[in-house]
Formats: sequence, C-alpha cells, structure tokens
Amino acid sequence: MTDTILDVQDLEMHFPIGGGFFGGAKSTVKAVDNVSFTVFRGETFGIVGESGSGKTTLGRCVMRVLKPSGGTITFNRKDKPAAELVGEDTGHLKDIWRDLRMVFQDPQSSLNPRLRVLEIVGQCLRKSENLKGAELADRVSTLLEQVGLRKEFLMRYPNAFSGGQRQRLGIARALATNPELVVADEAVSALDVSIQAQTLNLLQDLQEQFELTYVFIAHDLAVVEHICDRIAVMYLGQIVELAETDELFQNPKHPYTRALLSAVPVPDPRARNRARVPVGLAENDPTDTGCRFASRCPHRTELCRSTPPPRKQINGAEVLCHYAGEV
Amino acid sequence: MPLTPMRTDIEPPSGQPASSRATTQPILEISGLKTHFFTDDGVVKAVDGVDLDIYGNRTLCILGESGCGKSIMARSVLRIVDAPGRITAGHIVYRAADGATIDLATAKQGSKALREIRGQDIAMIFQEPMVSLGPIQKIGKQIVETILLHRNMSKAEARETAIDMLDRVGIPDPAKRYEAYPFELSGGMRQRAMIAMALSCQPRLLIADEPTTALDVTTQAQILDLIAELKEEFKMAVMLITHDLGVVAEVAEDVAVMYMGKVVEKGDVYSIFENPQHPYTRALLASVPRVGMKKKERLPAIRGMVPHPLARPSGCTFRTRCDSYMPGTCDQRQPVLTPHGNSEVACFLHTQGADND
Repeated sequence: MTDTILDVQDLEMHFPIGGGFFGGAKSTVKAVDNVSFTVFRGETFGIVGESGSGKTTLGRCVMRVLKPSGGTITFNRKDKPAAELVGEDTGHLKDIWRDLRMVFQDPQSSLNPRLRVLEIVGQCLRKSENLKGAELADRVSTLLEQVGLRKEFLMRYPNAFSGGQRQRLGIARALATNPELVVADEAVSALDVSIQAQTLNLLQDLQEQFELTYVFIAHDLAVVEHICDRIAVMYLGQIVELAETDELFQNPKHPYTRALLSAVPVPDPRARNRARVPVGLAENDPTDTGCRFASRCPHRTELCRSTPPPRKQINGAEVLCHYAGEV
Repeated sequence: MPLTPMRTDIEPPSGQPASSRATTQPILEISGLKTHFFTDDGVVKAVDGVDLDIYGNRTLCILGESGCGKSIMARSVLRIVDAPGRITAGHIVYRAADGATIDLATAKQGSKALREIRGQDIAMIFQEPMVSLGPIQKIGKQIVETILLHRNMSKAEARETAIDMLDRVGIPDPAKRYEAYPFELSGGMRQRAMIAMALSCQPRLLIADEPTTALDVTTQAQILDLIAELKEEFKMAVMLITHDLGVVAEVAEDVAVMYMGKVVEKGDVYSIFENPQHPYTRALLASVPRVGMKKKERLPAIRGMVPHPLARPSGCTFRTRCDSYMPGTCDQRQPVLTPHGNSEVACFLHTQGADND
C-alpha cells in the first residue's frame, strides 16, 4: 500500500525581512527551504524539530494557510482529481479544506470564546453541507461522542471545558467534514501527561475508525515515536533526516538527529549517566554556502562549511549530510 | 562551558542515603503547609498540608500535573503568593548557615529578615525568563542590582562578579552580553542569564519552577547539566518543580509527587521510579510514551481528569480516578503519608493491609 496522499516537492517558504514601505526587502528568512517528502494514505507522518526549525511553517504551507514561495504540493483525494495546492485560488481551497483539516496546539486560543460548542464544531457543516437546526445538532452530538465528550455539552461555551476537553473539541471540529488528511500541529504539547495519553489514544482510535492520515508536528520525540510511522527531522528549514520510525530511533544517521535523541530526558534514573552527543551553540546565522548544522556539529570539516550537503539514501533513510553513514 | 555532562551521580538505594542525611539537618523544613485562595466562589485549597524536607547538595523534584499546587507551594516558601492566596497554616523553617532558624510562613511580609533571605539565601528561577527579566534594563544591570543589594561590594566588583557568573553559566562573550537587553538573547541564553542572576549571591537553596519547560531538548539538557554542576560546586539545595518525568529521572535525588495540593508519595528517585507505591505515581509512570517503547500500543492513560479545585472529592482526592478505589474507605477519610519501604506514601492500600500489588 503505497498510495500517496500528499506529495511535497522542493517546497520553499521565504519571508522577506527588513526594508521599509518603499525600500525592498533587505534579506529573506528561509523558514522552509527546499523540502520534499511524500505522505502515504493511512500513515502517521511525523515532523519533529526544535523551535525555529520551520515545522509549523511547513504545516501551514501544507494547509495552504500560507502561500509558499516555491515548489509544489499535490494532494490526492479519494475519487477526486489530484489537486495542486500551491497555485490554487481560495475558492477552490474552500472545497479542499473539507478533506484537509487541522488541529492546533493551543486549545485555549484556537476556540472562539464567544461561540457555543454547536457553532464551533458545526460551523463548517453549516457552510459546507447546509445543515441546520436539529440535523446539525445531531451531527455535532455524534461528533462529540466520537471524541469522548458528552452531548449535553452542545450549548456550552469553551470556557466551561478543561484543556484536554478543549483539545477534544478541536479534534471534533477537524473531523466534522470527514477529512482524509489531518495536520496536527503540536496537538498534545500543551496537555498534562495523563491527558496527553488519553488524547494520543483518541487520535489513534479515530485514525483506525475513519482511515485518517495524519501529519503530526511535534517537538516531543517520545510522543512522535509512539504515534508515527515515518518521521522527518527538521533543522533550520530543511529536512535533515527522513526515515521510518524504528530506523530513525535505532540508527540515527544525521549528527543533529543523534544529538536530539541523546538529549531527550529518559524517565529512568539509571539511564542518567549515558553518554550524550555534545552540540555546540549556534555561532551565527547559517550561511547558504555550507551545511546549516556545521557550526554546532562535532564532525564538521572544511567541506561542511563550504558546500551544501547532498541528500543521501542509506538503508531507506534520507539524510542531508556529507558524511552520513561514515561518522 | 563544558559540553560533556559533568555529573557525579548519587548513590543507588543500597548505599543508604537516609543515614547520611540524618547527620545533616535540612536547610528547609516544610510542615503542614496550607496555602488557600479565598475567591468569591469559595476557598481553593491550592496547597493543603504539605510536609517536605530539603537538604543541602541534594535535588528535590516536585512532580505534578498543572493545578496540583506545586508552583504555589514553591512561591509560599518565598512568600510571593499573590492575593487572594494566603498561607493559612503550617511552618516553613529555614535554617541559616550559622544554625539560626526562621519560620518563613509567619515572618512578617516586608520584614528585614524575609528580604534578606529572598534572593540571597533562597533564590528562584522561573519558567518564562522573558517575564521575570525586566525588559528595559540591560542583563548586566539587573544582575548587579541583585549583587549590590545583598553583598557588600563596590560597583566595579559587582560588575566583575556579574560577568564572571555569566561566564559560569556558559554564555559566550560574557562582557559583551553584559550590555545586552533580554530581548536580544535567545530563550536558552535568557534562561542562563536568569540562572546567573539567581546564583550571583550564591544561594543555599535554589528553587527552580519549570526552568526548562519552554526550552528545546538540546538546550534543556545543557541547562539541567548546568544546574546539577552548580549544585555540586556550591553545595546548594535545589528544589526543582516539573511535570516532566524525564527531567525528574535525570536530575532528582529525592522526589515528591503532588496531586491536588497534597504530597501523595515521596522518596528517593530510585524508589519512586522502580517501586512506585501510590496508584497515581504508578499510573503517571505508565502513561508517558518513552523513547524505545513499542509503538502504536495504547497508552495506559489515567481516566477522567483532575477534579475542579472547588469540588474536591471527600477523602482521598485521587479516588475518582483511581483503579484501586475502595468504597467505604477512600471516600471516608484522608490518607496520611506513612513510611512504606524506602518511600512514604499516602494511600489506604498500604495502611489497610489490603496490599494487592
């Protein structure tokens, strides 16, 4: 089953910075730079990275909330023609957004405090399927039950809910239009440990039930390992390593991935003296001329500073490093 | 700053840490502490009877979910609880280097004794450095201010000390960063600057409230190493508040698990992680996904959620989510911390003789 649902090629999102009202931009921030990956139907594709790595921007580009400055995003829907998202106009996107939905990080700010649950979850159904009155209430109640909330909550406002319940509302809203692909941006990061476990279980149950595909953006490696089939590791706008979960965790090939994995605190006090891969501090802004990780990398050579690293294929993994497989 | 971890580990449980502890007296003894918030809707018992001892050169981690009262407990120690919160009962006995003791819970707000301890003997670092550092003053000036307030130094000496501290916490080019404003630094650097400020008076107790929660994992690892290293060097006591089990396992020597304003279990880190006694501790440990765990397995989540603070269950507060709930016992009385093995646990499973492990 290698049915591709999302195909991203050479995606670029450059933001101009500096410059005034008349003057041109002084420089650009390459938030997402030359990123290519494919997502298969039914899988959970993880994107991990530290803050500033461009993972959220990438998610927003895929959602087409942002207009990428280059590249292509092809979205293959069931029984519908493939859509090319980058050049699409807003009218068409509205149709696509039925099948492509998003769950946001902060359940506090992503729900309108002045709307009742019925409106929050049902708004999109009202627009897209013209549902009204009792019919709409029925559908929303069903959705609420699917995410483990009681249907008595229908007429409540978001402030009556706890963080975990709000995140469930966000999930119900994403599922309302029966989507094929859900982009979850840090969907469990703001939740407490016990609530996080409940929410992860819920996401997995819903995936089985509705044959969903997830693009799961997170910074917590343990969570990503738990839920994802394949994982892309981002560093400063680029995917530095892309591999199946087991391969990535057992056999990380990029120095950054290795540093990241060894820095994760392990909930086992006897593991605390394990060797850690040292990473330096970022010296200055990375240049275009070499590897972006070079200034922090323990294995850097002159080559790393002068030439951008090639994308290598090792053991089914894609690695962006001059010395992948050697160091 | 050294990039490789420089940790000296604590003795495993076989090397009785308890006996070595008994010879030294705790720096801070919290007993029966209650901090309640008197709101219009009712009394929120944020901290409801906490007993803790904190020793020099040891790290005590307070573990708990949001709303369990761990931050309010820490703020109570420094007496910086905001209204309508108030310490209603209990003692916080601080033992100074010369052996003199003072009860911080009853010390007069604004009194000289309290002000001298704050920032000097007991320092605190917070989760979000941008909120705790003044935005319009240079980093260096803020550190110097603390030093001049508490230590008998000239301005030039204070400047030296500040730059030295910035260097100690691993900020590159400290003399230049001394002149930087907080917004010019990255999150990790800001957190370091705050640690430098907290440590500039060489406190005997450092309270760190979620010091790494807002940071990336690689930065988090460096900051945790740094705190551990400085703890050794200054023989400091550290009280680290976190919700992250991984962080606890990395740095703690002692652990106290809090739930709804109470300590439900406390003990050394090995007992807590390898032989947890309280159902909440057990469930918490089981519910975290771990790197290396079999994936796609369902996580054993704790059912339900933390009850509303104004609707505390009678008896044991965890009983509404507990798998071992015993009707007629757990809802009648409140369990008290009782020694069990190497740890102390507040649960009727262990006092009723109905130990069903």
